[in-house]
Amino acid sequence: MELHKQLEHDLVDMTMIQALRSAMDVMLERDNNVVVFGQDVGYFGGVFRCTEGLQAKHGKTRVFDAPISEGGIVGAAVGMAAYGLRPVVEIQFADYFYPATDQIVSEAARLRYRSAGEFTAPVTIRMPCGGGIFGGQTHSQSPEAFFTHVSGIRTVMPSNPYDAKGLLIASIENNDPVIFLEPKRLYNGPFDGHHDRPIVPWSKHEKGKVPSGYYTIELDKAAIVRPGEALTVLTYGTMVHVALEAAQASGIDAEVIDLRTLWPVDLDTIVASVRKTGRCVIVHEATQTSGFGAELTTLVQEHCFYHLEAPIERVAGWDIPYPHVHEWHYFPSPQRVQDAYRRALGSVPTADNGRTGGQ
Amino acid sequence: MRQTPALRLHVPEPSGRPGQPTDFSYLHLQPAGAAAKPPLDVSARDTTDIAYGLVRVLDDDGNAVGPWAQDLPPELLRQAMLAMIKTRVFDTRMVNAQRQKKMSFYTQSLGEEAIGVAQAMVLNKGDMCFPSYRQQNLLITQGVSLVDMMCQLFSNEKDRLKGRQLPVLYSVRDAGFFSLSGNLGTQMIQAVGWAMASAIKNDTSIASAWIGDGATAAADFQTALTFAHVYQAPVILNVVNNQWAISSFQAIAGGENNSFAARGVGSGIVSVRADGNDFITAYEVAKWAAERARANLGPTLIEWVSYRAGPHSTSDDPSKYRPADDWSHFPLGDPIARLKQHMIKRGVWSDADHEEAEKAALEEVMAAQKEAEAFGTMADDQVRSAASMFDDVYEHTPWHLQHQRQQAGV
Repeated sequence: MELHKQLEHDLVDMTMIQALRSAMDVMLERDNNVVVFGQDVGYFGGVFRCTEGLQAKHGKTRVFDAPISEGGIVGAAVGMAAYGLRPVVEIQFADYFYPATDQIVSEAARLRYRSAGEFTAPVTIRMPCGGGIFGGQTHSQSPEAFFTHVSGIRTVMPSNPYDAKGLLIASIENNDPVIFLEPKRLYNGPFDGHHDRPIVPWSKHEKGKVPSGYYTIELDKAAIVRPGEALTVLTYGTMVHVALEAAQASGIDAEVIDLRTLWPVDLDTIVASVRKTGRCVIVHEATQTSGFGAELTTLVQEHCFYHLEAPIERVAGWDIPYPHVHEWHYFPSPQRVQDAYRRALGSVPTADNGRTGGQ
Repeated sequence: MRQTPALRLHVPEPSGRPGQPTDFSYLHLQPAGAAAKPPLDVSARDTTDIAYGLVRVLDDDGNAVGPWAQDLPPELLRQAMLAMIKTRVFDTRMVNAQRQKKMSFYTQSLGEEAIGVAQAMVLNKGDMCFPSYRQQNLLITQGVSLVDMMCQLFSNEKDRLKGRQLPVLYSVRDAGFFSLSGNLGTQMIQAVGWAMASAIKNDTSIASAWIGDGATAAADFQTALTFAHVYQAPVILNVVNNQWAISSFQAIAGGENNSFAARGVGSGIVSVRADGNDFITAYEVAKWAAERARANLGPTLIEWVSYRAGPHSTSDDPSKYRPADDWSHFPLGDPIARLKQHMIKRGVWSDADHEEAEKAALEEVMAAQKEAEAFGTMADDQVRSAASMFDDVYEHTPWHLQHQRQQAGV
């Protein structure tokens, strides 16, 4: 926040798209080794406009279009990184990362380890993710659990323009490979799950004020976006806004934690919060079984068992491919999240609220 | 009701199986000297003939003939011969060491020595090879410490890779040898990316990519060709066609009635099919490709026709799927024997020199082995501390790996 204050004089309104573009612009300017490429990323400026103008400004050997080959894009980036560049590549939709799995899991993630540090892969792989946009099966997925399972990569997901820029700059500067997941539902404005209400732009949101220059947000650090006493909500991406809305609508004093970096996760912030509240609700869009929520549940159980006063609740996408017409039956709604809050609170075992268990 | 004959699935087979000789006519060989040498700035289209043909310099009598022939300096030939001999001796000793359980696994390069030796000699310091696991000669030719290589094989306390990698999966940045991966084909597109980076930075270094015939079927091979062509990357794309991918004949990889070099032409890349068992061809074709890359004329694909004379690895028994005496019938022979014949003919080598060289190589390899074994082998469990297995996963060890190291009690 101190940094935020220092830079307040050049705060400008940015959407998440503009914030991400600004992060890449800043890094292309600061570091000659940064290159940006991917499908439609160059001349056209990206199907979501995230790289608009960057090729014109920085030249086509720094920002360029790539063939439709996710394995090729990531594989070439690994080779460039081995040379000494710092590639920032884009997979047009997270749903299409699968052809690059071998290069991500077998190569980028392991290069430092298998060469004992002789070669490294400081690659940032941007992927628009998440649903809520009638994207159907292959424009809505949240594949973060595929990445958090892989040793050697970092997985990051912002929930607002301010964090998006600071986290993307930190990711590009980081010497480990980073999977940078961008909730496309949040590109133009926050979304609390009320699809029937008018869209609010980022200009009306505090986190839409973004410093125009260089700044970073430290990786591996969660943000408490709503302090509270009644229960802890662990979430990230679009669901941060849904969780906040559910707290507002229910009047439940939830402590909402935006994890921001999914792995390595900020365990200390999680544990301090759950030990304080004694209750935990985990919310993500991704399908439930073996989703990242399962890992969070386990960590909370391992580290907060004696402080827990109710079973840990998970609100997630159903275990089905992302449907098209049934979008709003699939997408975890504020109502589903509120219901989970109530279940977590409904299990209060004793009259004194029982916050005495454990060590 | 049926108007047409029943469809039948075609599954390619090698002509030779155990007890039954291979018919090598499928190789469509050309005589030495027959293939043209195009100008450096040839178009991909105009390499169609040499992509289906075969560049060969040394004829059956050991004479260097045709447009690719050069009177290479005797010193260069001697250097090549010593590197090939040393590679073969190294392989033989390491197979024995594996049998003695000093390491878990080994892959020899018997019969394929010329290709990597030649390429190591045309590349410059600063160029980067992205090898497969059968290019140990890239290291040996450059005089990389045999002790260091063996320490990796033995996974001992001096292993630069800290016992993390299977034997043979070396990484030697200083020698322009990229970290080997067990995942086939992945390094082809990485080599192209490395070459693109060199071009982005207006450097003068080039990349050299390596893949076997079998792994050309992996998606990353096609990806590498596309990217190399699209961005005109300064890279040599080497396909070592040794006819076998473990037990699978090269026809199963797509080589039936086709050449792997032709895949390059189809992707718009200048491509050459070359005799991989002829050192002079290997040297001249690689030099030509390197010159093309350095002159910004783009990538070159080279299919090296050779034969995997040894077992696939120490875990393999080739007599279960191919004739035991197959190599002795392979029409392109043995690269060491062929260069020897040529050098003797030119009066720059003799049988005595050859014996002397073999003896010297054996002594050098044995001395190195003795030194490496002093730092331990798998047999005596003299390995790196188990605590080191948690290092280098990330640049800085995160909390969960610190916890796990404590849990492991190391």
